[in-house]
Amino acid sequence: MIIVENLSKKFPGKQVLKNVSCKIEDGDIFSVIGPSGIGKSTFIKCMIRLLKPDSGRIEVDGANIADIEDEFELAKARRSFGYLFQEGALFDSLTVMENVSFGLKYLTDIPAFKHSAVVSEKLALVGLNNVENLKPAELSVGMKKRVALARAVATGPKYVLYDEPTTGLDPVTGEMVTELILDMKKKTGVTSVVVTHDVKLALRISTRVAMLYDGEFTAVEPPEKFQRLMNPEIREFIEISSRQR
Amino acid sequence: MNSFYIAERTGKKILKTANSLGESALMIKSVFFWLFKSKIEVVEMTRQAVKIGIDSLSVTALTSFFTGMVLSLQSGNTSKNIFNEPLYIGSIVAFSMVKELGPVLTSIVVSGRAGAVVTAEIGTMKVTEQIDALYTLGTNPTRYLLIPRYAAFMLSLPILTLFADFIGIIGGFIVSTVKLQIPASVYWDDIFSYMKVHDFTHGFLKTFVFAFMIATVSCYKGLSTKGGAEGVGKATTEAVVISMVLVLVIDYFVSALLVMMGI
Ligand SMILES: Nc1ncnc2c1ncn2[C@@H]1O[C@H](COP(=O)(O)OP(=O)(O)O)[C@@H](O)[C@H]1O
Ligand SMILES: [Mg+2]
Repeated sequence: MIIVENLSKKFPGKQVLKNVSCKIEDGDIFSVIGPSGIGKSTFIKCMIRLLKPDSGRIEVDGANIADIEDEFELAKARRSFGYLFQEGALFDSLTVMENVSFGLKYLTDIPAFKHSAVVSEKLALVGLNNVENLKPAELSVGMKKRVALARAVATGPKYVLYDEPTTGLDPVTGEMVTELILDMKKKTGVTSVVVTHDVKLALRISTRVAMLYDGEFTAVEPPEKFQRLMNPEIREFIEISSRQR
Repeated sequence: MNSFYIAERTGKKILKTANSLGESALMIKSVFFWLFKSKIEVVEMTRQAVKIGIDSLSVTALTSFFTGMVLSLQSGNTSKNIFNEPLYIGSIVAFSMVKELGPVLTSIVVSGRAGAVVTAEIGTMKVTEQIDALYTLGTNPTRYLLIPRYAAFMLSLPILTLFADFIGIIGGFIVSTVKLQIPASVYWDDIFSYMKVHDFTHGFLKTFVFAFMIATVSCYKGLSTKGGAEGVGKATTEAVVISMVLVLVIDYFVSALLVMMGI
């Protein structure tokens, strides 16, 4: 379980997160929606401590990780998380095999000769096979996302953070990634945090949806209830989003 | 354009430079920290060293060959005008190459070739979140990228310089025998009777300082890249210009220091 309390984060000249609080239960698919540039990526980057919050608590299974400074402690805290980057962030110079096994080397005691078996298993989980020796440049956008997800879950993290999983994808590939998120939860029982400006995605897959607005979560509700909320900022965002389709 | 505007811009520039220096210092500190705290990525280091060497080899050879030739030609002709015969051509070429031109030219070539590649590579990784990905997968850019690259520069630049010194002296030799008609034995005897080990040491030691500086500039510029593909191009150009200028500036101060220490 993750409990976020009064999280705030400022960049030079810009208070991005002011007072974010939420509780993410094990098994949740927790979505955060909001327009571009509102601070969604900042929120999950604070959670995995790629960024240091200015104040507030991030309690992961009982331990507050918001204040950790020590590099080794930070590395330990990050182990609970897998992170799917918006564009995949696969290492260009490495093969799919090397990309997916990357974390195994640093985060697990699995001996090197067993890595390829683990990699095949994780690739199968995202519906890929026989791509181990390809380089990222040889993959389609959709395949890159799948490989990146395989890499994110390779070490068996308890939580997976998805940054804009469907943004920039064609509808078919977007649909595939959506299925993949649901599938990943079903097969591995991970708890997911999805940040996206795709309202349709959030309403469809989530157990709970939050809207990030002006540095705070204005509402955190199950999708059925969230849809019916009358907060003007939520209505506006949902309406503008549905008009664009 | 008023003077306030100029003052403001100058002030901002100074602040930015001071900030970059501070951040580079932190980066260097982290390199030393992780150097002793983690296993060195030997495979990655070797790969980088070989890449830097191969990237810069042909340009280094060409540059130093022609530099040796022109040194020989110019000093030969000057000497002929003054003394009616070409004197000390071997030592002029060898001293210039070994103490100054070998290390400096090689460093400039390496800044432009390998340094640019390092900045572009790390910069691309930065803007595509691959640097963040390193953290999420249990390592960090210092361990995985910087240490191997520092080590690679420190390894390849001295070796490339030795090679450049040699090629330059050969270039000088060819011009001195073919054009200036100096007997081969005179050219070589001249070198071996006047060159001392410390002349060689002087140039060789400098290459480590240059290598460290080039690694610092190119890695720092890569890691601080902002703004997509355009930002990568900008960072790369800046890294090359800064490295090249610093090679020449640092060269003076390190040379003065070494001379003071009798090397
Ligand atoms: N490292 C950074 N330095 C300065 N400003 C940043 C940085 N990262 C993000 N920002 C700014 O913070 C705001 C929120 O960014 P982000 O979290 O990426 O938004 P989102 O993911 O919702 O699109 C943006 O205005 C962005 O320009
Ligand atoms: Mg974002």
